Amino acid sequence: MLQAIDLECVRGDHCLFSRLNLSLKNGDLLHVQGKNGCGKTSLLRILTGLLPPTSGKVLWDGVTINALGGEYKKTLSYIGHLNAQKDDLSALENLMVSSRISAAPVSSSEVGAALQRFGITAAAQLPFRVLSQGQKRRVALAKLLLSKATLWLLDEPFAALDSSASDLLRTIVGAHLAQNGIAVISSHRELDIPGGTLKRLALGL
Amino acid sequence: MRSVFFAVLARDLTLYLRRRSDILTALFFFAIITSLFAMGVGPEINKLRLIAPGVIWVAALLTSLLSLNRLFSSDCQDGTLEQFLLAPQSLSLLVLAKILAHWLVSGLPIILVAPALGLQFDLPAHSLWILVISLALGTPILGMVGAIGAALTLGLRGGNTLIALLVLPLYMPVLIFATSAVDASLSGQGVEAHLSLLAALLVFTLFFGPLAIAAALRVSQD
Repeated sequence: MLQAIDLECVRGDHCLFSRLNLSLKNGDLLHVQGKNGCGKTSLLRILTGLLPPTSGKVLWDGVTINALGGEYKKTLSYIGHLNAQKDDLSALENLMVSSRISAAPVSSSEVGAALQRFGITAAAQLPFRVLSQGQKRRVALAKLLLSKATLWLLDEPFAALDSSASDLLRTIVGAHLAQNGIAVISSHRELDIPGGTLKRLALGL
Repeated sequence: MRSVFFAVLARDLTLYLRRRSDILTALFFFAIITSLFAMGVGPEINKLRLIAPGVIWVAALLTSLLSLNRLFSSDCQDGTLEQFLLAPQSLSLLVLAKILAHWLVSGLPIILVAPALGLQFDLPAHSLWILVISLALGTPILGMVGAIGAALTLGLRGGNTLIALLVLPLYMPVLIFATSAVDASLSGQGVEAHLSLLAALLVFTLFFGPLAIAAALRVSQD
């Protein structure tokens, strides 16, 4: 269970949000909405632990995430607005190495299957830099199919995706929620994700 | 824990090998600087021997600066640094793997070509050995201290110049002990004291460097 208590985030001298509380149990989906610059990314980064909140705390199963350290990091999978892939490695190599770094190694056939589901087959061997924006995003999201994490934090995952890839992502997130996963997704569009309990959080109102 | 270390090491080595020109450029830079000094000073053997340790070591310092700015900035720009910070293993371990990979492609080649360049200055065989040992002890320190500078200036405008200003003064102790060792070998004195001090510096930076770098990287991602 993910809880945030009295979160406040101040960037520069601008207060993005304050007294923000949320509580997500297994099977919950949180849709973070709001216009550009309202703090969606900051909130997601606070929930990952990358950005310390100005005040307040984030709890996982009742323990602060700082105290949990590596244990918490094992339970989460974060996809930011950067794809986090190396330009000079192929899609296949990128996913292999990132799975090893997140201490959940997978075999190359599993990676191949995940990429195939996202429609990256011929391009899987090409250097990442030659792929199109949409293909790059697909590779980054294929990481979710390999992830054993309970908590998914996705920052604008639908950016640059075409409609078929968006549908696939909805299905995958739906399946994750059905398996008692938790997802936090920031998006300015409606999510339309099947299954799970949808909660909304509107920032910057 | 070991598998994560080797995953990062293998990843970075693969990336360096796919951009081989960067490694070769740095190595060529090192060779050309030392050769220019040898040519500029003239063929008088005593003078050449006198300046050899300083010239080769200063060239090594400058060469090590060349690749520093890319050490963390490329990972920062494509978002892989964020994923490093979110890895369950300690960040210091990942940082250590990155620095080892960087040393293997920047420090090690310098050590290997240094004896050949030392011949231009007519260094005797014994002194060439001391030069190689001093570089073997010293270049990892340069890599570690340089990485601290690279982590501290990550994301700053003009970070490139700033790294040089930040790091070069910190290189001074390494330069002093290393060149003293080679000088001592040329004048027939004992070199153990200088090399021991260099080794002590190496142990110190190997222990505290990764912790400092991990802290600096965490701050940079705020």
